Amino acid sequence: MTRQQAQKIAVSAITAAAGLVVLPIVLVIVYIIVMGAGAINWTFLTALPSEGMTEGGIMPAILGTVILTFGTAIVSIPLAIGAAVYLAEYAQDNWLTRAVRLAIVNLAGIPSIVYGLFGLGAFVLFLKLGTSIIAGSLTLGIMTLPVVISTSEEAILAVPQRFRMVSLSLGATKLQTIRHQVLPQALPGILTGMILGLSRAAGETATLLFTVAAFYLPRLPQSLFDQTMALPYHLYVIATQVPNMPLTIQYGTALILLLIVLSLTLVASVVRTRVRRRREW
Amino acid sequence: MPEQNHPKISLLDVTFRYADETEALRKITLDIAPNQVYVLFGPSRSGKSTLLRLLNRLSDLTEGAQVSGRIALNGQDIFSPAVRVAALRRRVSMVFAIPTPLPGSIRENLTYGLRMAGATDPLMLEERIQQSLVQAALWDEVKDRLDHSAMALSGGQQQRLCIARSLALQPEVLLLDNPTSGLDPLSTATVEDSLYELKRSYTIIMVPHSVQQAGRVADRAAFMLDGELIEEGPRDRIFINPTHERTESYVTGRFG
Repeated sequence: MTRQQAQKIAVSAITAAAGLVVLPIVLVIVYIIVMGAGAINWTFLTALPSEGMTEGGIMPAILGTVILTFGTAIVSIPLAIGAAVYLAEYAQDNWLTRAVRLAIVNLAGIPSIVYGLFGLGAFVLFLKLGTSIIAGSLTLGIMTLPVVISTSEEAILAVPQRFRMVSLSLGATKLQTIRHQVLPQALPGILTGMILGLSRAAGETATLLFTVAAFYLPRLPQSLFDQTMALPYHLYVIATQVPNMPLTIQYGTALILLLIVLSLTLVASVVRTRVRRRREW
Repeated sequence: MPEQNHPKISLLDVTFRYADETEALRKITLDIAPNQVYVLFGPSRSGKSTLLRLLNRLSDLTEGAQVSGRIALNGQDIFSPAVRVAALRRRVSMVFAIPTPLPGSIRENLTYGLRMAGATDPLMLEERIQQSLVQAALWDEVKDRLDHSAMALSGGQQQRLCIARSLALQPEVLLLDNPTSGLDPLSTATVEDSLYELKRSYTIIMVPHSVQQAGRVADRAAFMLDGELIEEGPRDRIFINPTHERTESYVTGRFG
């Protein structure tokens, strides 16, 4: 075999490997669409569940997931950006920095069911928030922190040093430099991290189990201290806990969850390219 | 008129040490009079840029570094606790070797320093924009596209924009750290020419691109080597009739 042939074979193998990555995603999406599209209609999206969830719609679960995603964002984003700015711009090599970094690594490694138990202990019971949207948001928010902090810190560190120098040399303070140069330039990367974290939170099941999710609650939450249904947990319930559940409703629910997560990702990449284009570099 | 007898900037026994104790500058004593082009030249790693960065305390950003001695601007110690570093940097403004427009329009670049200092009056900002662009010899080229991205300018235009951006702050001292390093000969000439006009309003301290450039633009020059000031004086004496042998061998190109 000549070197040219070896080269050709290697390139084909590598290309095939890359192509194979696409395959499972396409299969999953197509399969869920084929199985679930039939269930989707106006009633399914807007009605309350009825007849032990075998009829009616999944509106409370959709709304619950949307609310929880917002709640997660409100809890995690300010904390995460603050921590990322601290780590990237202010941290010196001392015990506090080491403690923060250690905490982030460990937070990232904790299984989500453990977050659920932590949320149960800390927010539901100790802070007496009850099984509620606020307890769920706090738990999901903390779970989301590591990925948002890490990606935000990377994005901040990727802003070339010379922009900081220029800003400072024009008489901007360090805080102004961060606010007007560093953060805007890091924004595309920070957005990516936020969306990654939020879409993971939107699809989370185990964490919701003890902190917020209602098994079956055919009404809408009235306040932040109410329980709510949520799509991932609802999916788990109707797929395993309810006898004689029509398959189309199960796959229809999965399809809606998939659409929410995918549209989050889509929004992120649109925002990212637009911000980048405006910045022109 | 500024008082010609008093130095704009004076350094007394200034030593700059990195965290690892190496000395980038050793016992520099130097007076710089206002309204002239003062050139700091010497081989690389001689401490020229370090000295420049000390003058507006960008050196503060070097972690663990130590400064001893005294640096005064108009007789006031720039390291005194009474000095606000942001305000100092508006009075002593730096232009870097690599032209670095900030992301955004030409207008946003020019008003950045003023806005950060809290200026909002649109008339004043417009006036400063025009004034500084004229002074930096860029007005005619960009006056019709102030809202276009600064990144779209050519390298030479970007560097003149950076000079204008400093001038918009109406500083007292302009620090130019090898401002023509990446520029073609024509842009270099434009920047050098603008210095003659600028020194009427500002004190300019410059690290030149080459000995030849030093000879072209300097009113006074200081020759530095390994963190020490070898000698300084009026241009003609330094470049035609230097006292020290090492200055002479450097300006005649025997080492460098």
